Amino acid sequence: MLNRPATDTQVTHLQRLWLYVLCGLVIFFLIVPTLLVIPMSFSDSRYLDFPPESWSLRWYRAYFNSPEWLQATAVSFQVAFLTMLLATATGTLAAYGLHATRARSSRYMTVLLTLPMIIPVILLAVGIFLTFAPVGLNSTIGGLMLAHTILAIPLVMITVTAGMQNFDINQEMVARSMGASRPWAFLTVTLPQIRNSVMSGALLAFIISLDEVVIALLIAGGDKATLTRRMFLALRDEIDPTIAAISTLLIAFSVLMLTLSQILQSRK
Amino acid sequence: MNDVTKTTGPANAGPDEAGPQGRDHALPISVRSLTKTYGAFHALNDVSIDIRNGEFMTLLGPSGSGKTTLLMVLAGFVRPDNGSVKFGEREILLLPPHKRDIGMVFQNYALFPHMTVADNLAYPLKLRRVGKAEIRERVERALDLVQLGGLGDRGIEALSGGQRQRVALARAVIFEPRILLMDEPLSALDKNLREQMQFEVRALHDRLGITTVYVTHDQREALTMSDRIAVINEGRIQQVDPPRKLYERPETFFVASFIGETYRLPVEVADGKASLFGQPVRTDSPLGSNAARQTLILRPEMLHIDEGAPEADENQMTGTLRQSVFQGDSIVSYITIHGDHEIAVRSQHRSDRSLPEPGSEVRLSWLVQDTVILPGDGRT
Amino acid sequence: MTAADHQPDAPMNERALDRQARAEQRNLMALSLPAFILVGSLVLLPMGWLFWMSIYGADGFTAENYTRLLHPSYKKTLITTFELAFLVTGLCILLGYPLAYLASQLKPRMASLVLLCVLFPFWTSLLVRTYAWLVLLQRRGLINNWLMEWGLIDTPLKLVHNFTGTTIGMVHIMLPFFVLPLYASMKTVDYDLMKAASNLGASPVRAFWQIYVPLTLSGLGAGVILVFVLSLGFYVTPALLGGGRVMMWAMQIERSMAVYADWGAASALGVVLLVMTLGILWAFARLTGAIGATEGK
Repeated sequence: MLNRPATDTQVTHLQRLWLYVLCGLVIFFLIVPTLLVIPMSFSDSRYLDFPPESWSLRWYRAYFNSPEWLQATAVSFQVAFLTMLLATATGTLAAYGLHATRARSSRYMTVLLTLPMIIPVILLAVGIFLTFAPVGLNSTIGGLMLAHTILAIPLVMITVTAGMQNFDINQEMVARSMGASRPWAFLTVTLPQIRNSVMSGALLAFIISLDEVVIALLIAGGDKATLTRRMFLALRDEIDPTIAAISTLLIAFSVLMLTLSQILQSRK
Repeated sequence: MNDVTKTTGPANAGPDEAGPQGRDHALPISVRSLTKTYGAFHALNDVSIDIRNGEFMTLLGPSGSGKTTLLMVLAGFVRPDNGSVKFGEREILLLPPHKRDIGMVFQNYALFPHMTVADNLAYPLKLRRVGKAEIRERVERALDLVQLGGLGDRGIEALSGGQRQRVALARAVIFEPRILLMDEPLSALDKNLREQMQFEVRALHDRLGITTVYVTHDQREALTMSDRIAVINEGRIQQVDPPRKLYERPETFFVASFIGETYRLPVEVADGKASLFGQPVRTDSPLGSNAARQTLILRPEMLHIDEGAPEADENQMTGTLRQSVFQGDSIVSYITIHGDHEIAVRSQHRSDRSLPEPGSEVRLSWLVQDTVILPGDGRT
Repeated sequence: MTAADHQPDAPMNERALDRQARAEQRNLMALSLPAFILVGSLVLLPMGWLFWMSIYGADGFTAENYTRLLHPSYKKTLITTFELAFLVTGLCILLGYPLAYLASQLKPRMASLVLLCVLFPFWTSLLVRTYAWLVLLQRRGLINNWLMEWGLIDTPLKLVHNFTGTTIGMVHIMLPFFVLPLYASMKTVDYDLMKAASNLGASPVRAFWQIYVPLTLSGLGAGVILVFVLSLGFYVTPALLGGGRVMMWAMQIERSMAVYADWGAASALGVVLLVMTLGILWAFARLTGAIGATEGK
């Protein structure tokens, strides 16, 4: 088995055993440290030993009994949900328009709208803080939603554009020839078929907002602090074991989202 | 092909339908000086054409000739630089596609995969706010018309290529459009099915009497199906004529060579009379040009090898037989005319006739009425 | 053509058609308007404002905010930032290139499993992953405990709240960004070229370096640039794993603003970071664009 050639250039599996070992280690490095948090979150000790000497739900109780943590969680999910709605709507519209138009300006527009992905988040955060200060949007749900939406728009646009490229535009044309106006043809023919791409984009928008730290750090104070902001501040000061419990919950949520997105992609 | 005629009644037999040839429902199309450029490329170059009420008009040309562009202008998906398109008396060039009332069939059918066959057919009817019961009835009738009765609940994925083609066709006519546009609708089908569908599409057209514009690059398909054919090349209309006239009386070298097989021989014209290597060549109509150098267009099947002098209605030329090839039912003779023009003539095998020896002189005759002479040397 | 009624010179509907064409383009572009208003007001305008603040102080135009950046402490931050970005990028190449290479050769099912392993950290909260490293690497953390149990060390190693911890955490965060574009470009490599090379007598190693690596250079470049640029502006992981001892450019910005309320310094630092980031991306786009253009000819 090991002596069989593994490549077209007749390198055997044995000869590149080192490659398999290295890749195994890299995957281990990518996955395991994060997952170790899960068993540790059930430890009874303040120092989160592994494997835990005694198991308990102590840190989960701490989380669910803390009004601050729950409040922050509620804010995060509200913002993520609203961001998902706004970013998916605006991003999908823009992706469709820019895909359909042949104007030269569409390329500049595409670059402009993907800028938030390129500019360092700390700069976006400072800029947004400055913009929100005079209009009182700092530390509000609406402000957070707007800020997170600009981060999510490029991702929605990328996934929707990919979906549009796989869509047969003749279908929209035939619908229009049968009497459907362009918006109606989009709603009844195009949108149902790029649905999976749009939903993938929506999932990304949600998770981007939920995980965002830096902008929240600068603009989400007081009772509008997001979960990630609270976690960051708690971690900077001391390692609060409650965070292990929250992290486990967040990992479970990520796995759920990743699974959903994989299902959507396999159905494309 | 007989089963086409078995189906009863047109799909859109509303009370206002004027029998099998609903010509008053159909509309003529009048196109004037359409021009469309992409940068320096002329997709359409001053195109004008009249399509009659209820006519089956085919736009024939090689790929990139502009035929699809012209169709897309009619449909409203390509906006020309200038020109005019009228459906009947009405200028429609400035109307959006959904207000033109046209049925359209695309090369890849463009059926909606997220809907059933019946929902695909109902789509244009729902847009027109037709009642539910009537939709059901009309969908059923349309399915019967294209011999897909009972398949309404199927998904598109479950259909064969031919069935998809029929659904696309039914969907394009179910809402009684006044004009039907088809963009190479049969090119994705295999040969047998394609030939069968050619008859079905034509039969459907005859039953509905709808003005039809059909795009293809397949000359045989065009000759089989059309009332008239418009040959397009490099964004220009070359000739618009019924299939037979187009074949027998090509007006340009492009039309002559694009449709069927041709030989070209140089003729000299003086005083309105043409001569081929010194021999007079007669035509049944006056020459279109007085240019001295012109070209005789001959089709191989119009030529026959003659023993004696030409008949009164024939032209004749002499050549040297290079070789004869016996092919069972026929004999192909390769004949050299005036040193450097080679012509292959197929003649029927007859046991009572012997083959001329290679090297011997033979006479080739063709009818005066088949004689086509075009100005120029034929190099395009 | 029976077109007696038309004069070829008289353009018909030309103006109306032109007007319609413009209107259609305008309407399609208008679909981007909501997104544009958001991005314009929350990204473009503030960036302009930032620039303005960096050159316009209480006493009018000034270069003071920039000359101040020449101070040794800022210089140290700049060096740290670039050091870390180079180190992280290098480690990503070392770890990511073999992984992408193997994944691109695996059978579809195994390959998608490997990709899932790469995507998992991508979808997991940045903060959670950083937290995991904090727990593992701390003084009484898992790694130190194990090393001491096995008798490899006597006193705990300082693995976190320093440059080492920051590097480990950053590589972990950046690796998926590196592997994904590289994997995509490796999937498009034509393996017949490798076969041809070995038929011509090239050893597998030689074929790899002379044929395969150049073919994957565009994906490698994309991964490298992405990781480098993201590292330059990174905030969260260095802030937590560096424990205040690793001062990155982004942290300097936050500190100038939040701690010292020094908007002049913050904005100048911001402009420098923005120019560096966009400059690198622009240069890369020009470079690959130029390469792509000559290949096409």
